[in-house]
Amino acid sequence: MSPTASGRRPRIVVVGHGMVGHRFVAAAVERGLTATHDVVVYGEERRVAYDRVALTSFFEVGADALSLLPSGVYDDPRVALHTETSVVGIDREARRVRLADGTTASYDELVLATGAAPFVPPVPGKDLDGCFVYRTIEDLEAIRDAAARPRADGSKARGIVIGGGLLGLEAANALVQLGVEAHVVEMAPRLMPVQLDGAAGATLVRHIEKLGVHVHCGVVSTEVLDDGTGRVAGLGLRDADALEAEIVVFSAGIRPRDALAREAGLAVAERGGILVDEQLRSTTDPHVWAIGECAAPAGRMYGLVAPGYTMAEIVADTLLGGTAGAFTGADMSTKLKLLGVDVASFGDAFATGPDALELVFADAVAGLYKKLVVGPAGPDADGNPREDAWVLLGGILVGDASSYGVLRPLVSSGMLLPENPEELILPESRGALQLGLPDEAVVCSCNNVTKGDLLAAVDVDGEHRCEDLGAVKACTSAGTTCGSCVTTVKGVIEDYFGEIGKAVDTSLCEHFPLTRQELFDVVAVHGYRSFTEIVEAHGTGRGCDICKPAVASVLASQTGGHVLEGEVGALQDTNDAYLANIQRNGTYSVVPRIAGGEITPEGLIVIGEVARDFGLYTKITGGQRIDLFGARMEELPLIWSRLVDAGFESGHAYGKSLRTVKSCVGSTWCRYGVQDSVQLAIDLELRYRGLRSPHKLKGGVSGCARECAEARSKDFGVIATEKGWNLYVGGNGGATPRHAQLLVGDVDTETLVRYLDRYLMYYVRTADRLQRTAPWIESLEGGLDRVREIVVEDSLGLGTELEAAMARHVEGYFDEWKATLEDPEKLSRFVSFVNAPGQPDPNITFTTERGQIKPVNLDEPVVLGTSIPVGAPR
Amino acid sequence: MSAVRAEGPTTTWLPVCTTDQLSRERGVAALVGGRAVALFRTYDDEWFALDNHCPFAHASVLARGIVGTRGDVPFVASPMLKQPFGLRDGVCLDDPSVRVPTYPVRVVAGVVEVGVGSP
Ligand code: SRM
Ligand SMILES: Cc1cc2nc3c(=O)[nH]c(=O)nc-3n(C[C@H](O)[C@H](O)[C@H](O)COP(=O)(O)OP(=O)(O)OC[C@H]3O[C@@H](n4cnc5c(N)ncnc54)[C@H](O)[C@@H]3O)c2cc1C
Ligand code: SF4
Ligand code: FES
Repeated sequence: MSPTASGRRPRIVVVGHGMVGHRFVAAAVERGLTATHDVVVYGEERRVAYDRVALTSFFEVGADALSLLPSGVYDDPRVALHTETSVVGIDREARRVRLADGTTASYDELVLATGAAPFVPPVPGKDLDGCFVYRTIEDLEAIRDAAARPRADGSKARGIVIGGGLLGLEAANALVQLGVEAHVVEMAPRLMPVQLDGAAGATLVRHIEKLGVHVHCGVVSTEVLDDGTGRVAGLGLRDADALEAEIVVFSAGIRPRDALAREAGLAVAERGGILVDEQLRSTTDPHVWAIGECAAPAGRMYGLVAPGYTMAEIVADTLLGGTAGAFTGADMSTKLKLLGVDVASFGDAFATGPDALELVFADAVAGLYKKLVVGPAGPDADGNPREDAWVLLGGILVGDASSYGVLRPLVSSGMLLPENPEELILPESRGALQLGLPDEAVVCSCNNVTKGDLLAAVDVDGEHRCEDLGAVKACTSAGTTCGSCVTTVKGVIEDYFGEIGKAVDTSLCEHFPLTRQELFDVVAVHGYRSFTEIVEAHGTGRGCDICKPAVASVLASQTGGHVLEGEVGALQDTNDAYLANIQRNGTYSVVPRIAGGEITPEGLIVIGEVARDFGLYTKITGGQRIDLFGARMEELPLIWSRLVDAGFESGHAYGKSLRTVKSCVGSTWCRYGVQDSVQLAIDLELRYRGLRSPHKLKGGVSGCARECAEARSKDFGVIATEKGWNLYVGGNGGATPRHAQLLVGDVDTETLVRYLDRYLMYYVRTADRLQRTAPWIESLEGGLDRVREIVVEDSLGLGTELEAAMARHVEGYFDEWKATLEDPEKLSRFVSFVNAPGQPDPNITFTTERGQIKPVNLDEPVVLGTSIPVGAPR
Repeated sequence: MSAVRAEGPTTTWLPVCTTDQLSRERGVAALVGGRAVALFRTYDDEWFALDNHCPFAHASVLARGIVGTRGDVPFVASPMLKQPFGLRDGVCLDDPSVRVPTYPVRVVAGVVEVGVGSP
């Protein structure tokens, strides 16, 4: 939109700085609306927007942690934010809003984001001292203060929540946290009547009563009782004895805050909420918009934050001239943990659709209730009717909602259910083997997989018959997220196989009946140069995500060459394939090498400038260098050409290769230092950089025995002595920390490097895939002594050969990124879309946190043109 | 070929790239009718198109996964957490309840075309 007739920049006034108002401003800034418009925000609350969804955690984490704008101001100078400022009137004719202090402000576009207010039923006594609602931080502070006031006899205060819906149970949870005896009074015959059926509600009641909350369903409140001094004494009930309490919290639903709009003559929906069209524009006035809980698109208000966020994005887009956005309803599925109890309700939870059937699994003892609502599948692609084919319409889960993630997406996917759909909700059968850990022990906490789950997966008599670690990981997801549990998972399975006398399969994967070491040897013996040659001679099929990266690593160690060269490029794992580390939203991080952690002020400035110019998140890593996050794939070459021009090179943060050699400041500056640890660390890092290995490799060098570089937590650690260096090997941090052990003491630098060459090359040749040096040393017969025989005593006579191999690596080293930038063929892969190379992927979005970008993951793919493009223009 | 890949009566074919823009056993992302689509070429020069959005990672990344086979099923491993998706029908091989949408693909005179608009 162009400047106004007067030449002034057009102004958007936002009323309400809650979750959705804030999201609108953030979208306006991100999408570039503030390049042409001024934005003025008036918020009634004392605080800037905060995370109301997480309100109950206020008691634990405090107000600061909930803030959505911790700095209190937007970085963009075009946004003015006024807190504690209520808008009290709208003059639509003059396009001005009136503030509580009598002043007015003009607008060109008015965005109402006033949210909703708790509904307080008109019972007598509702205004007594001790009555509360549950909406703002101030409400919670007031409840906390009341809870801290002891009763006359010194005992704890008691509290009643009126309303057993979602928010009422949250409020009860808060009372329990405050140590208050809590009662919930619900008019309907069950809890969460909107989301749950009777049986599910009853299951939930049992859980919640176990936690000390008293539940009264099917009960009508008549009045709040007065203790004679204007304070709450209890709650009167119809056809039941009154309950005594000092605190009453109303949580009987919410009502959109549409009073401003009503007074200004804007149309409102029958059940409240400002009536707006699909673009969230008032049906009465094209310059007024409403978003969030105060809005009623198609006459319906939405009491969840996600639809509000969508509305905010659509308005920002529409004001920018976009025509694509349209709000056509929202998924009202719910999943939450209430007082530690899983509850989920999704789709047609009440089986209202024609021909809908319910499948229910209930276990009162375990407190489980799971219901699937299924319906007959429509005709197949050729139009033929299908027998006995079902699709999922909805469901309810109480007590265990772990399958929600799987079930929810099935609804509306139209996908046929497996033949026995009830298996989706039946608890998995568990093997009763006793192997150290109890079966209930959670082995993988990322994916909540217990030892019982693992045993069920490998159980020979059972249904699932996973034959190896890979299959178990695939079928239970154990070990697939952070990976820290893989050793335990492997241990559990191998123990089990040992128990039943089954030989453990050491094949790499279904394509190769070889271990990594055997693979390394056949490649060396035959001089293979491509995956195709290897798999045709020694394997089957066309490989997978396990054997391809392993082959890539073996080829890289033996032949050098660029990891993206020709067919080898297709073998590389996620990070190597783009020479950067992928992040949760599909963007990448960039880590230039800063050998030994030493960097010049000029170097720092270049990194800072690059990060600033590309809008990247920066962080100092645990490896003494700087990581730049949030680069889109197509930006990587641009970023790297700046870095390479300034003399930086790849830091191989993405590769199974040398990461860093950490140093302490050493004898140059430190009053205790006895050797130049920085120089040695730099030399070693530059010597072994780019060396592809079975797992990543890290080193450290300390200038004296105080060990400030933590060298003994590395795969190789060097500690200075008066006479030279002590070399330690086989250390690591991570999930199973190991201290490196002394391999040899008091050696000079040249000997040290020779031993290190041998040690590292022997590891590269013989270790298993993804085996770090500590477990590798353990796996060798003779352990550390074996390593010493080979490396120091050269008992196998391999020394010269290993050193020569390392010399070839050192000579052959080149910077992968520089080489990539010089090769149009390799560069051609760094595009967002093959047919639209310059178009940023709209699925990538960011918010900001602590003044830097932060990724946002999207549940559904974004479609350009037919829905909202949510990419920040960059 | 399963129903999801079949050409339907209202399929519109959109040209996306030339065959030499995609090497074997690799994927590329393409923008097809506003959607991010992952296009793959197998070792045997079969062509497949899946939605680029990985339902596990909630990110638009599938084109960047490793392409291989399980038994005789060609698949791509999501680059994020490695869930395998069959290229023929988009079904997750480890969790058949999850499927990513697929699109029909054809090659006409060296130009790869993706079909949209029908089933
Ligand atoms: C960025 C960083 C954290 C930070 O903000 O400080 C980091 C980030 C990652 N670490 Fe780390 N680690 C980082 C220092 C460490 C350290 C500390 C150190 O190096 O002194 C450790 C413990 C020391 C060690 O490795 O023994 C560490 C132990 C791990 C582990 C567990 C390794 C193990 O053997 O148990 C993993 C998982 C793995 O590699 O399989 C891991 C994996 C990862 C990955 C690569 C996960 C992934 O695949 O995406 C993370 C991505 C990096 C990225 O996107 O750029 N990271 N990680 C550090 C980068 C250092 C660098 O400059 O390269
Ligand atoms: C305890 C609790 C738990 C919740 N849990 C969930 C959940 O799990 N999932 C979920 O999706 N949603 C949940 N919600 C709902 C969610 O918080 C709301 O949907 C969301 O906050 C709506 O955002 P909004 O911006 O429309 O309203 P609000 O966040 O309420 O913001 C509106 C703001 O406008 C201000 N305002 C009003 N009138 C004026 C005026 N005239 N002048 C100036 N300022 C004004 C208000 O003071 C307020 O700050 C929960 C809510 C609560 C209270
Ligand atoms: S390890 Fe020694 S030399 Fe290095 S910084 Fe610490 S005290 Fe100083
Ligand atoms: S604990 Fe198992 S993957 Fe993280």
